[in-house]
Amino acid sequence: MNFTWSDAAYFWPEAIMALTFIACVLTDLVTRGRRHGVTLSVLIAGTVVSLAMTVIKAPEASHYVFGQMVVIDPFAHFFRYVFLFVTLVTAVFSYSSREIMGKDRENQGEYYSFLAVMCFGMMVMAEANDLLMLALSIELVSITSYIMAGYARFSLRSTEASLKYVLWGAMSSGVMLYGASILYGLTGATGFSAIREGLLAGSGSELALLVGMLFVLAGIGYKISAVPFHFWTPDVYEGAPTPVTALFSAGPKAAGFALLIRFFYTSLVQTDGTGGVTLLEGIQWPWLLAIMSAVTMTWGNLAALRQTNVKRMLAYSSIAHVGYLLMGFVLLTQAGLQAILFYLLIYAIMNLGAFLVVIALNNRLHSEHMDDYAGLGYREPILAGAMTIFLFSLTGLPPTAGFVAKFYLFAALVDSQLWWLALLGVLNSVISLYYYMSIARSMYFTPATETGGLGLSRAHVALVVILAVPTLVLGLYWSPVKALADSSLAFLLGG
Amino acid sequence: MLALESGGGSSLLTWMTFLPLVGAIVITLLPGKARELHRTVALVTAAGPLVLAVKLFTSFDRGTADIQLWQQVAWIPSFNIQYFVGVDGISVTMILLTAFLSFLCIVASWNIDKHTKGYFALFLLLETGMMGVFIALDFFLFYVFWEIMLLPMYFLIGVWGGPRREYAAIKFFLYTLAGSVLMLLAMIALYLNVQDPATGGHTFNMLHMMNQANHGSWLLNPDIRHVLFLGLFIGFAIKVPIFPFHTWLPDAHVEAPTAVSVILAGVLLKMGTYGILRICYPMLPDAAAWFSYPLAILGAINIIYGACCAMAQTDMKKLVAYSSVSHMGYVLLGLAVFNEAGMTGAVLQMFNHGTITAMMFLMVGVIYDRAHHREINGFGGLGMVMPRYTSMFSLALFAALGLPGLSGFVGEALVFVGAFEVYRTVTIISGLGIIIGAAYVLWMLQRVFLGPLNEKYTELPEITTRELVSVVPIAVLVILFGVYPPPLINMIKQSLLHLIAQIPA
Repeated sequence: MNFTWSDAAYFWPEAIMALTFIACVLTDLVTRGRRHGVTLSVLIAGTVVSLAMTVIKAPEASHYVFGQMVVIDPFAHFFRYVFLFVTLVTAVFSYSSREIMGKDRENQGEYYSFLAVMCFGMMVMAEANDLLMLALSIELVSITSYIMAGYARFSLRSTEASLKYVLWGAMSSGVMLYGASILYGLTGATGFSAIREGLLAGSGSELALLVGMLFVLAGIGYKISAVPFHFWTPDVYEGAPTPVTALFSAGPKAAGFALLIRFFYTSLVQTDGTGGVTLLEGIQWPWLLAIMSAVTMTWGNLAALRQTNVKRMLAYSSIAHVGYLLMGFVLLTQAGLQAILFYLLIYAIMNLGAFLVVIALNNRLHSEHMDDYAGLGYREPILAGAMTIFLFSLTGLPPTAGFVAKFYLFAALVDSQLWWLALLGVLNSVISLYYYMSIARSMYFTPATETGGLGLSRAHVALVVILAVPTLVLGLYWSPVKALADSSLAFLLGG
Repeated sequence: MLALESGGGSSLLTWMTFLPLVGAIVITLLPGKARELHRTVALVTAAGPLVLAVKLFTSFDRGTADIQLWQQVAWIPSFNIQYFVGVDGISVTMILLTAFLSFLCIVASWNIDKHTKGYFALFLLLETGMMGVFIALDFFLFYVFWEIMLLPMYFLIGVWGGPRREYAAIKFFLYTLAGSVLMLLAMIALYLNVQDPATGGHTFNMLHMMNQANHGSWLLNPDIRHVLFLGLFIGFAIKVPIFPFHTWLPDAHVEAPTAVSVILAGVLLKMGTYGILRICYPMLPDAAAWFSYPLAILGAINIIYGACCAMAQTDMKKLVAYSSVSHMGYVLLGLAVFNEAGMTGAVLQMFNHGTITAMMFLMVGVIYDRAHHREINGFGGLGMVMPRYTSMFSLALFAALGLPGLSGFVGEALVFVGAFEVYRTVTIISGLGIIIGAAYVLWMLQRVFLGPLNEKYTELPEITTRELVSVVPIAVLVILFGVYPPPLINMIKQSLLHLIAQIPA
């Protein structure tokens, strides 16, 4: 398929985010980094225009641009909504964050340009259709992440987080590139579908293929922080400024899953025409992924049990959620992948919500320790109430959206008769209840040491409520959102 | 398979269920200091379901097993989830119990002064959850209501409870959730393997699930049916609670505030046995028959073990809590035998235990409010100081030990009549429970109310009018259904006969 301008028109949302990045840099220059509100407005304007273009130019089929390097299809389209939503929310709550926009910070506006380029990178990750693009987009997101993790550069924690992130990231990037080079050597192709054709024609060495695939998986596994590639997560999540942590836990993770699904599905899976799928070659991918999923969720949950720092606890819990998400990926069934997409969206909402509360409290309490949350249920009833909704949703209890999302994952597993994993999954939910509820316990059961509200800004509380409402409403009525996720995936599977 | 009553269709059940939720929302919008207003709104909104429940109880057509007053609305069409509610005789009894106890508990909670806004809002939310469980006929809907109950219960125990409230609250939550998730998996398996006869698709409709003709080939494997039965059963058994899943109960009951203990023992435990009756038995009747003997043995263990534990307690509330374990054993024993006498006895016992235990917890609450402790050995001779209180508490205790003429006797007697026909040895052993039951009840009565008066308590005030208002209506029911049980028996008869007919001998 050749490059045509009509196809390129579908790339507008990404192009706008790239332009927004430049505009943010320029604005920051013009305002000499002193009026970051202006830069924020530029970013928000750019994101909203990009969102508008996303809505207007919805792809109904695959549109290839840049010589099949990038594909824009309904699957990528779904993720655009997730990324733009995450960027928008992060931008707004970074503005009011003490950690990022503190008084001693020079060039406050530059932060927003990183957000713009991060969003651009994530969007391209979901659209990558070629090993080169895969590497490029991952690097774009990673390098931006390193900078953002160390953004509070006078904070020792933040600097350490950034350094750890860089070291781990560099290694996993290297491993992934090595794997990609093996795949290229086996098939003589870098495009995902060309790799499949190469493999179908006979790759020669099964061992080389296994190594190549494992290495690429390691690279993506690092991005989504699946065990055993998760070691950087707790430290980076705890050390990075909280808005950045919130972004990491929702955005790049979703992008990683998008890439994971597209790469494996396009390059490894042979559809048999009846909706079922067979995996190329004789490697037991399902077992490998099932074990990875089981270990990831169990490890994440068990480690979270012992945490008293809420931010660190949420970091471990985000690892556990990756484990749940991987459950849907194990058998590459349609129901499972649909469940992943739905879960990612819900997870973005509820997790951002929980982090937003942590940010709001950090601004006033200068702490993320659970004991400092004592009695907040009475001092800040709205904020604590919303936090409780997020926590219930993260646990997966009805009537919240988190339950519905988990329900679909389990339904997919039971449908595939993968009982042991389903059982492990539900038991993990029970474990997670304990540590999520320990936050609620602090807020409601422990009496406050001080009285009176914290004097939070109304806008901040309003934003929390704006996220809490869909967390609750999508638990009661979710048909349209689920339909959107299903239809965007149906296309990838059909093709 | 249960049929829908033709021409049904009514929103009465929906009103009854969601009226408390409306009240809860109203309370959250009121200012935090308006305590009297919170209480009044709660009382008024709890009165609504009570009036409707009484209307339901009197107007219910007792001559049929059909589902009455049903309402069916599509909810999530792509997954065939419906808002589908309706009642049969068993649900009506439980609804009456729920509405009745919830209302009285709000009266009994009048002296709560700490965060009244949260307390009454959560209490009403709890009532919505409980009502929802008893009316749901769509499994997904059932599950949602089942879980919604946990949230208010957790906070009610954790915020307003006793010294070890945090531990008790999370323990209750973890235990129940562990059971629920097993139920969730079994529910999904049923959903995927039961066909909607109209469309051929999957369905959550409980009536379709009860019709064995709709079961897919995977579901016909007996081993799979037994495993699914176990999954569902454990979910319900934790709630009942059946030994060895009972350890959350003493903690939760003891730490919870009085009114919440009443709801826990009076209604929540019944949800477990109701679930067995509504879901385990009709959906997997052959598996139920297969597990009959183990169920009877579990029932006997509950009876004896609970009674022995109660005997050993020095704390009144703990004694009452363990007596619940024992009394729920009778229910299980009755359910295990699948004959009319046993099953009728079991459902009667569910209702009667609800009222009797409620009375006992309320009475323990009254003395705790005055003496600030519940040590059985710390009292003595209270009969001289508080004669009215003593008579009310004695009535409850005598009902609990199964004195003929009071409602506790009817259920227990029927259970033994039914069980004796089927499992003689187990029944005879369970009979010991009655004797131990009498022992712990009378021994407590003696230590608290008889004997020389403890000097510390010569000035204890007599039971107040408000406290009497919360307990006398229950006493009336205890006596009424003890002397004349047919209104209850006729209510459940057709439904039980229909259920028994499903179960292979």
